[in-house]
Amino acid sequence: MNNLTQNKIITLLQIQYSNMLEYRAEIALWAISGVIPFFMLNIWTNNNLNESINISDIMLSRYFLSAFFVRQFSVVWVVFTFEEDALLGKVSPYLIQPLHPFFRYFAQHIAEQVTRFPFALLISFIFFLFNPISFWIPNINILILSIISTFLSFLIQFLMQSIIASFCFWTEKASSFEKLLFLPTLFLSGLLAPVQSFPSYVKSWIFFTPFPYLIDFPASILSGNKVNLISGFLVQIIWVLLFLLIFKRIWTLGVKKYTAMGL
Amino acid sequence: MTDNIIEIKKLSKSFSVSFKEPGIKGTFKHFFKRRTKEKTVVNDIDLKIKKGEIVGFLGANGAGKTTILKILCGLLYPSKGYISVAGYCPYERKAPFLKKISLIMGQKQQLIWDLPPIESFYLNAAIYGIKKSEAKKRIKKLSEMLDINQELYLPVRKLSLGQRMKAELLAALIHNPSILFLDEPTLGLDINAQANLREFLQKYNKETGATILLTSHYMKDITYLSKRVICIHEGYKTYDGKLEKLLTQLSPNKDLTIICKTKNDISRLKKFGFQIKNVNDYEITLTIKKTEIKKILKDILNNFDIDDLHINEPPIDEIIGKILINKKY
Repeated sequence: MNNLTQNKIITLLQIQYSNMLEYRAEIALWAISGVIPFFMLNIWTNNNLNESINISDIMLSRYFLSAFFVRQFSVVWVVFTFEEDALLGKVSPYLIQPLHPFFRYFAQHIAEQVTRFPFALLISFIFFLFNPISFWIPNINILILSIISTFLSFLIQFLMQSIIASFCFWTEKASSFEKLLFLPTLFLSGLLAPVQSFPSYVKSWIFFTPFPYLIDFPASILSGNKVNLISGFLVQIIWVLLFLLIFKRIWTLGVKKYTAMGL
Repeated sequence: MTDNIIEIKKLSKSFSVSFKEPGIKGTFKHFFKRRTKEKTVVNDIDLKIKKGEIVGFLGANGAGKTTILKILCGLLYPSKGYISVAGYCPYERKAPFLKKISLIMGQKQQLIWDLPPIESFYLNAAIYGIKKSEAKKRIKKLSEMLDINQELYLPVRKLSLGQRMKAELLAALIHNPSILFLDEPTLGLDINAQANLREFLQKYNKETGATILLTSHYMKDITYLSKRVICIHEGYKTYDGKLEKLLTQLSPNKDLTIICKTKNDISRLKKFGFQIKNVNDYEITLTIKKTEIKKILKDILNNFDIDDLHINEPPIDEIIGKILINKKY
């Protein structure tokens, strides 16, 4: 990587981070609003549901805390920002700069994740105060592997939403398509329950979809549950490459349809 | 080797537009079956622009001026025709092409709203592959030219429209583009801010030799900056040439007001065969062809003892207004 490319990446991240810090209160609220896994943990433990899948209370607590962390660092909203920018004509200047517009959105997401980090740490600290028995510090290897798989999960979701965002070139309300992704992501990703608790007939096909690799796989690595690392990472990489190809194709077709609305 | 930096041949652009009949019946029809029709907004345009020229586009709203600019800067794909801008096909949006151009839109912004403009300048510099030390020099030079300094360190949302426009210009020029596309750059600015912007653009053109293509509904922008104008009417090019020639074509006469010493001179002038516009006591206004004005003035000064005279041209806005409603010139 030459110095100018390095400068481009660093400046882009620095400036997006500065911009995100302007919205720190909003980001703190977003971080707090991502506590669904804790509610789910409460439902599971109060009803002793964990016994049916042979998982201890401690491991279940760790799983849901990990799911919270994975969710914090894989939240994607590119479709909404791109749609607004496309409708207001803000995409136009981005399209005629020597940088693919999605790198801006990508940098915004990374900057937001960095901004979220201290809030996520604070929430986990509070979690351990109320639940000290679940406290653990994962070893460095597990930490690195879970960071990589969380990043891959973020990439999969970013590319899925970018594909939907590219429909803005055809329709003004591309974000409606995102609703089709929201429900399976919520129910099949492992955010509400570990995938191992799903019925057998769901487990027979769910692993052919990208959803269990969004939360369940990285959260299971982080919480120390048993997972097949090689196949998990391989599937994540395949989904990234597949969605990247689809995105590139749709972008190329869509950009020809661009009408520079609002300009 | 041609010195044309922009060449367009037979350029056309059509959009598919959906339309809806009014009322609830129309709403249901529109819901179940969308009806669309092709609307051609740019029609068979041929154009050549030389390096360093400042060219103004004139035409009514919806005439197709902005669409042409959007196609030339690579934002829109043309439906038909050949385009070459700085030797590149704009819609391929190759990085070397994008580094040569800039599009500035009045009232539209690329600056990051919550951060000071200086942050956006450094971001743009990085995107265009400019080293930080070089970017600092360019920011200093351009901010001096634009006369902005403290404003660079205030959040964009706190700046006035005029200050913001200057900052937008700086952001758009940081990579030293050799072709500028300006779409209504002075829209919404006060008279002083408009004048400053025009002066800056003229200076930039002189110093860098940049080619400037401009659309504006403020005639001062066009008359101050452009010697050449292109008139667009319903997607067709209806005039391409010198602004002076167009003005002569559209307004071939001038009004000559003469204040005579005696009423006898007024009577004699009436008999001279001039087209008389108005007579008021010792004052007479004649309508005279621009091409004959020198000869007629000489005759009048030699044959009449006059107190004063004024030569008036119709206001430029009035003349240009004709362009917006007329098809051919």
